[in-house]
Amino acid sequence: MEKQETQAEHTSHSYSIYVLVWLGLLTLTALTTVVAGINFGALTIAIALLIASTKSYLVLTVFMHLRIEQRAFKIFVFVAMFFLIISFVLLFSDYSFLQGFIK
Amino acid sequence: MSSEAVSVPLDSHSSYLDYTGKYKGLRAWIFSTDHKRIGILYLVALLSWFAIGVTLGFLIRLELFTPGKTIVDPQAYNSFFTLHGVIMLFLFVIPGLPAVFGNFFLPIMLGAKDVAFPRLNLLSWYLYMIGSLLVLLSIVLPGGAPDTGWTFYIPYSVRTSTNMIFALTAVFILGFSSILTGLNFLTTIHRMRAPGMGWFKMPLFAWSLYATGWIQILATPIIGITLLLVIFERVFHVGIFDPGLGGDPIMFQHMFWIYSHPAVYIMAVPAMGVISEILPVFAKRTIFGYKFIAFSSLAIAVFGSLVWAHHMFAVGMSDTGEFIFSLLTFLVAIPSAIKVFNWTATLYKGSITLDPPMLYALAAIFLFSIGGLSGIIQGTLSVDIQITDTAFIVGHIHYVVFGITGVGIFAALHYWLPKMIGRMYNHKVAKVAFWIFFVGFNILYFPMFVMGWLGMPRRYYDYLPQYTTYHQISTVGSWIMITGLIIMFYNLIKSVKYGEKVDAKAVWVYGETLEWTVPTPPPHENFDEIPAITDGPYEYKFNDEPILEEEES
Amino acid sequence: MSTQEQAVVHVQRDDLRTRMGMWLFLFTELLLFGGLFFAYSVYRYLYASDFALAGKEMHVIIGAMNTAILLTSSMTMALSITAMERGNKRLSILYQLTTITFGLLFLVNKYIEWSAEISAGNYPGSTELAAKSHGQIIFYGLYYVMTGLHALHVIVGMTIIAVMCAFTIKDVITKDNYVKLEAAGLYWHLVDIIWIFLFPLFYLIN
Repeated sequence: MEKQETQAEHTSHSYSIYVLVWLGLLTLTALTTVVAGINFGALTIAIALLIASTKSYLVLTVFMHLRIEQRAFKIFVFVAMFFLIISFVLLFSDYSFLQGFIK
Repeated sequence: MSSEAVSVPLDSHSSYLDYTGKYKGLRAWIFSTDHKRIGILYLVALLSWFAIGVTLGFLIRLELFTPGKTIVDPQAYNSFFTLHGVIMLFLFVIPGLPAVFGNFFLPIMLGAKDVAFPRLNLLSWYLYMIGSLLVLLSIVLPGGAPDTGWTFYIPYSVRTSTNMIFALTAVFILGFSSILTGLNFLTTIHRMRAPGMGWFKMPLFAWSLYATGWIQILATPIIGITLLLVIFERVFHVGIFDPGLGGDPIMFQHMFWIYSHPAVYIMAVPAMGVISEILPVFAKRTIFGYKFIAFSSLAIAVFGSLVWAHHMFAVGMSDTGEFIFSLLTFLVAIPSAIKVFNWTATLYKGSITLDPPMLYALAAIFLFSIGGLSGIIQGTLSVDIQITDTAFIVGHIHYVVFGITGVGIFAALHYWLPKMIGRMYNHKVAKVAFWIFFVGFNILYFPMFVMGWLGMPRRYYDYLPQYTTYHQISTVGSWIMITGLIIMFYNLIKSVKYGEKVDAKAVWVYGETLEWTVPTPPPHENFDEIPAITDGPYEYKFNDEPILEEEES
Repeated sequence: MSTQEQAVVHVQRDDLRTRMGMWLFLFTELLLFGGLFFAYSVYRYLYASDFALAGKEMHVIIGAMNTAILLTSSMTMALSITAMERGNKRLSILYQLTTITFGLLFLVNKYIEWSAEISAGNYPGSTELAAKSHGQIIFYGLYYVMTGLHALHVIVGMTIIAVMCAFTIKDVITKDNYVKLEAAGLYWHLVDIIWIFLFPLFYLIN
């Protein structure tokens, strides 16, 4: 018999947690918009990505129920992110060290 | 593995071939969501494309028999090698083992009645057929068959007036087909194993399909978007790749190879799984190092994602990048080598019978080892500057891809076709075909290493007279090899109607995985009752040798 | 085997299988956009000042509004699932329709924004854009491809939710069987996450 999982074994959150997270997301959006006006130099994009990552983390864990899902799903997300991030890193191992690029 | 107390009735059953449900005739096949029928549908389509791909290879080698024009003009030649690549890769070896044998046997091997998403499975096949149609259109429509090489490099893929949009869209759709197959298999393996079948009691072919599925899901979308961007470049001139508008052609190459290198592991890993299935049966010994082989499939998938730019060592990358990719390329050889060592150890002191499946499996190991070693040579940065884009690379890719995946498909056919259709081919003819094929293969491809080393470029229509002898040897090799292929396929196809009937469940007597416990051919739902699993796969109890691994408790 | 059998093999219901299938599909979407983010990050690195120049002309207010709209629609989608979980069919339908409406609002904003850009001559192939520097051409090329592909996914998402809405009304989706709705929600949240990254990268470059 294959594994089964029916609705009784899987429940999600209450209404209020979603509203709370939503308020947090809006706050972070306002934050990132305001912060963009301030010049942090090279750090600016890092901060923007950090805030975006935090927002995504909230959507993933609360809205998408990753927090209450089986461990396998969390590993999956980690694997996908690993592939994405390592590709960025290796891509830049070429581009960051280029000696001159014709613009 | 033994199934507990569950017996399948011995009365005459109707197999999946005889089953009639809602539809009749042809519609009963093309609307069927039965994973076994879908596997057969893929098999027919794939072998048809293989025949076309082989013909193109034959024509390429014929053209190269003499310098200058031999049979066609340069434009046609460029289209030949482009289509040869596109067809062999996207329509044969990438769908390859997963689409045919993964579909047919994965559920049975796991003790399931079908895959996780049967209708999605049928959609995968439909997408494959739509992709096929688009490739055909790209060949026959007035603009002319694509001539960029299967790698579609910028800027020529934007500038050429041939039917690029059809070809690019075809590959996009074929990619989607591949993705859905991988998605289906991953979910099937996670959720549909029979009770008692833990991860480490799963057959190694299933492990290989698991690792492959991850590559299919994560890497394929990258080529999807890359080719989509080329289409947008051609139609809307977005500038993202076009150097005239500020784009970087090297960026295209990066994005292209981020998929296309892992793609070779989509090709190779399932073939390695097939070898791991065949060796224990015909050596009558349990596989050596089951866990090492299982984990090495995953390791290949991981490491294989990190090495893509070794296809780009001569294009102008930074030294740092090249150094890093060369280092990573050496690392990716390790898990493959682990498999070869484990296979060898499996054979040691085994009671080996050289039935046709075994011949092909052994050939695959041999050919892949040669190809893999040549890969190490290529991974050496300083050497690759000389041999990249030469015939050396062409030799390498055929030894690895044809050598393990192509030969792996032949091995799988000789191993599993009798189970699929309930008829046995002629073994003597199969062996003769094998040897002709094997000898021809090496005569065809080995000279490429030599002439590439001596400077013969790849994809060149014309060449200097000093390479003529090598080309002619190689071309004659192609004739020998193709003769072997014709005999082999004639034998197999003839067996479909005229082969001796096979009734035994365990067609090869010593098969221990679940497909050898169901009737031949399998019934519509595979199992009357899902078996309960107690043992691991490949545990042979009739020789006195102790099992080399710890018993699974 | 009887000839009365259904064409599709009857498989046991397994909700986790359905959710797993959707998560795996989401990874493919993530990587599809990921490829575009590769291109964006490399070209931003190579053409930093041109990107900043072009970025200044982006309409931050519309972008921020759209971000708020999608975030809110994500919330209403999640709420629709909780409502169904609690057996509140009408509330669930209401939240689903609200989600679709927000999606529509997003698309309207996008249409306004694109119209403004196109009438200003900022589109691939235009003479105005061709006169600009390479980095700016690429910025706009990426802008249209990435936001355009994203908008396509918004349309697909809205369609999926509309179908779920129909299922809910017809009691195909019920309190005891709403995994389809969860799967649709997962898709919608991914569309939201992609925009969460698109927003700062195109609208907040300074």
